Amino acid sequence: MPVIRFDNVSKVYPLPAGDVVALADVSLDIDEGEFILVMGPSGSGKSTLLNIMGSLDVPTAGEVTIAGRQISRMTDDELTLMRRDHIGFVFQQFNLIPLLSVVENVEYPLILKGGKSGARERVAEILQAVDIAESHFTHKPGELSGGQQQRVAIARALANDPAFLLCDEPTGNLDTKTGTAIMDLIARMNREEGKTVIVVTHDPRMTEYADRTIHLMDGRLVA
Amino acid sequence: MTFLDLARRNISRHWLRSTLAVIGIVIGVIAIASMGILGNSIGLMFDDMVSDVGDTIVVYPATGSGTTAFTERQITDITRAAGSNRVIPVASTFDSITVGETKSGAMIYAMPAADIQFLLDKEAGTYPRDTGAGCMIGSRLAANSKETGLKLGARVRIGDETLRVTGVLAERGMGFDINPDYAIVVPYRWYSNHYDKDEYDQVIVKVRDVKDIDSVREAIEERMNRREEVVNVMDTKAILESVFAAADSITVFLMGIGAISLIVAGVSILNVMMMSVTERIKEIGVLRSIGTRRNEVMRMFIYEALILGVVGAVIGGVLSFGTGYLMTAVLVGSPDYLYNVKSLLYIVFGMAFGIITSVASGIYPAWKAAHLNPIQALRHE
Repeated sequence: MPVIRFDNVSKVYPLPAGDVVALADVSLDIDEGEFILVMGPSGSGKSTLLNIMGSLDVPTAGEVTIAGRQISRMTDDELTLMRRDHIGFVFQQFNLIPLLSVVENVEYPLILKGGKSGARERVAEILQAVDIAESHFTHKPGELSGGQQQRVAIARALANDPAFLLCDEPTGNLDTKTGTAIMDLIARMNREEGKTVIVVTHDPRMTEYADRTIHLMDGRLVA
Repeated sequence: MTFLDLARRNISRHWLRSTLAVIGIVIGVIAIASMGILGNSIGLMFDDMVSDVGDTIVVYPATGSGTTAFTERQITDITRAAGSNRVIPVASTFDSITVGETKSGAMIYAMPAADIQFLLDKEAGTYPRDTGAGCMIGSRLAANSKETGLKLGARVRIGDETLRVTGVLAERGMGFDINPDYAIVVPYRWYSNHYDKDEYDQVIVKVRDVKDIDSVREAIEERMNRREEVVNVMDTKAILESVFAAADSITVFLMGIGAISLIVAGVSILNVMMMSVTERIKEIGVLRSIGTRRNEVMRMFIYEALILGVVGAVIGGVLSFGTGYLMTAVLVGSPDYLYNVKSLLYIVFGMAFGIITSVASGIYPAWKAAHLNPIQALRHE
């Protein structure tokens, strides 16, 4: 049973000037434990693919199965719970919540899920696993470096023990050295924790981490 | 850490903006509460002015009927119609009085000596008897006559007769029947002998049970106005009701002014909340993408409005005491009216209205935040 399955998925955006086909008849399977790279030029449909994988969007045609559940007929609340319980997002711009401290940011998904007891211990465990020193726990995101913020973001993505990590240009806002460290961390999570990882990137050097690379062009898979 | 906590943090992140919004609510609550208190105090003031007359029916000779005074026979008829309720016939005139060397004028009310105690309270001395040459003086008249020596035990000349002041009446305030505060009250027998009259100018009926007031009134009208209009009957309950209705509409009008300021405050909250939503579109996108449901986002923003409203309402409620005190003390003349239950209820009402206005103003921005498209919100810069 694959973690993510696309069956002839198409996504069409109706615009006044004519329909824009963002994804055309895409079929793919991603198995548990895989490290997948999604590459392609801008406008190739990477973001749409990512949004649908992240259950932020639903396809116009075809069927998507995430963690064993079909998403095309889900309500907004069901899609939201899918994101909360099964998907870990890592963004290019880190997207931590500025009002919350480092610990609270990582704790937030656990609170959404209603967890109370032992939440703090779990948070500390995850933060240690991504190499955030305990002295930084009470800092606000703005007080951290980019690399540290991305580590906290990865910790937040891992908090609810998701089926897979969805990383959108995770090193795009970081210098090469920090970016490499972040990719090493993601790869370690894949190797040691067995997390399925999907990384969308422009950076060809990332291919060395991946088991498999998916190329997109004009909304279609390119072999 | 809950959504309430997130809301609180966001409010303190923009403390100046939040403070301004709270000030709007504070002003609105104060306006509505103090206007309500003012209106209520005016009503209470009316209430005090027309004191203890709610159980009274006053019977006058009908205007334009040819009857100008009541005969003993008519008094008997009215007494029969009034049943077991006490009927007090009253005659009145204006005459000059002399105390020592000082001459002045005063209203003179005459009624059967035995009835005086049922109509008027005394402050000092005793009620006069039918047989003696005694009289009572109104409290204001007594207070104003310190120099002339018109006081308890003094002698006062009316015409060529001398009366002794046996008692001083308690202050009664403005009434619809008689106004004895500046007057002299004499027994009817003395009056009848002195002026050589045997008629009465009005009849006051004290109704034992206020619920009977309408039936007693109808009974008198039916008996007296059989063929032609002989009497006009006025019951003070009806008069009081119209006075209170006037006071109530003053209250409503004043509270309307308060409500307008609260609506302005609501618009300011709406504005603040819209700004808060617009600034945080990206943040909302993040919250939504990592699994925050629509109603949870909505709750977060409603809480923000609720916090602003509660803080504003509490501050406004406390300050309403101060302004209510000033209003009643300066405009109505007695701060005691503030401690009336109804006045205090207006403060609670103002606070509740402030909170409701805030939350209502927060609903649309919260709804808007909850229904943002998470993909577009994430892309928002």
